[in-house]
Amino acid sequence: MEIATQSIEGGFADPVFNAQTVFRAVMDAMAQPGSVQPLPAFAHPPAPLSAMAGAVALALCDNDTPLWLDPALQISAAVKSWLGFHAGAPLANTPADAHFALIAAPAEMMALDGFSQGTQDYPDRSTTLILQVSDLTSGTPLLLQGPGIEKTATIAPARMPRHFVEQWKQNSQRFPRGVDIILAAADSIACLPRTTRIKTMEA
Amino acid sequence: MTAQPTDIATYNFAYLDEQTKRMIRRAILKGIAIPGYQVPFASREMPMPYGWGTGGVQVTASIIGPDDVLKVIDQGADDTTNAVSIRAFFKKVANVAVTTETAKATIIQTRHRIPEHPLAAGQVLVYQVPIPEPLRFLEPRETETRKMHALEEYGLMHVKLYEDIARHGRIATTYAYPVKVEGRYVMDPSPTPKFDNPKMHNSPALQLFGAGREKRIYALPPFTEVVSLDFEDHPFEVQTFDQPCALCAAENVYLDEVILDDHGGHMFVCSDTDHCEKRREEGHRGHLAPETRLAPEKMEPAQ
Repeated sequence: MEIATQSIEGGFADPVFNAQTVFRAVMDAMAQPGSVQPLPAFAHPPAPLSAMAGAVALALCDNDTPLWLDPALQISAAVKSWLGFHAGAPLANTPADAHFALIAAPAEMMALDGFSQGTQDYPDRSTTLILQVSDLTSGTPLLLQGPGIEKTATIAPARMPRHFVEQWKQNSQRFPRGVDIILAAADSIACLPRTTRIKTMEA
Repeated sequence: MTAQPTDIATYNFAYLDEQTKRMIRRAILKGIAIPGYQVPFASREMPMPYGWGTGGVQVTASIIGPDDVLKVIDQGADDTTNAVSIRAFFKKVANVAVTTETAKATIIQTRHRIPEHPLAAGQVLVYQVPIPEPLRFLEPRETETRKMHALEEYGLMHVKLYEDIARHGRIATTYAYPVKVEGRYVMDPSPTPKFDNPKMHNSPALQLFGAGREKRIYALPPFTEVVSLDFEDHPFEVQTFDQPCALCAAENVYLDEVILDDHGGHMFVCSDTDHCEKRREEGHRGHLAPETRLAPEKMEPAQ
């Protein structure tokens, strides 16, 4: 398919209600870290951007939010023009300028502290990372605690960033600064806000 | 007003345009990620004056979907002007189902009360907030209060509570009683009576706070530690009432005083009208309850 066609097709069929449904799933996932929120595929972006990550980007990004793409997405002209057409988000020059970052290959991604962490005065001015993961069950289990979790929660996202537990510990130590993560799996969403603590790795 | 409700609900659903909703949604996500921190947002003009819940309305409009069931309360009551107009507003612009029953609602927008009926997981409580900054009356400069939050410098708030004790022998703050969230941010719970503060702690519901004029959104995720500030020798206490509700005989609920005549006659009734009606339906009767059940609105407290 030509890039021009690819970039125009595959947006939300029903922009108002699709965006609301995706946002509510993300909000519930952010409010209850570790909970898996099922969500159908509302968007159909060109590969390598996944349908779920694309839908989250359309629900949250617009011309106010500089977007950073990881190298796997950066090389795809089709992805850039699709995001440009449907979300209108400018591309951030550096990860530290980004309000949102789309990561297609989390296992190869740069360190979390390379993204905007916000400031002590304005900790909300940090990057929200949207990580594409194949599923939330086949990876190393993460035992989670923190606000939004009654006792503990467990998720096992596949192919997470290298040394993720150690990186996340450092992210928590920067509180209230730090990044938040939205995990976009094939048919569901989970979130790791900066307040969530990963207790121990289960065997 | 000739358009069908469905026409209105599909175009410009929930009043706000999509870009505004995205902006508010992003602020809500940040608020949830940093519990108690006030996220600045570009508050819009709403078709109601400031002070009537423009912040809460914008938050509700940004999260609400066609399947939601909305309840709106004003000081606990479902039938006062503010509650009725906001409920009618969302019925018109979002065509959503509305209810007065706490247990049936998915979104509860509130002005200054938390319902007596315990909230459940999956419910969202949206507060209308007039002054979101708990330190504002102690330090009027935004630049300074921002620095105080950044440095976790909350000594001034304790001085204020201490001065209460020095002057009155007890902490005299009875509403908008400051809380500390997850041991980090001091937060204004909006002018709810301090009676409701314990309900915020470890609530299974998500709590969102919107301040329209002051352009701030903040949030408490479910199961979040919310501690009312106090001193070891002057621990936090909620209000107690020495008599039950005059209509439904409920104890351990928040009561409003209602003036009955110009000779000093008065009675205390539940501020939560849904709770009071439910109890009367169940057969509970207070000492002033009419023999035959009157229409509930005749006995509502005046706001």
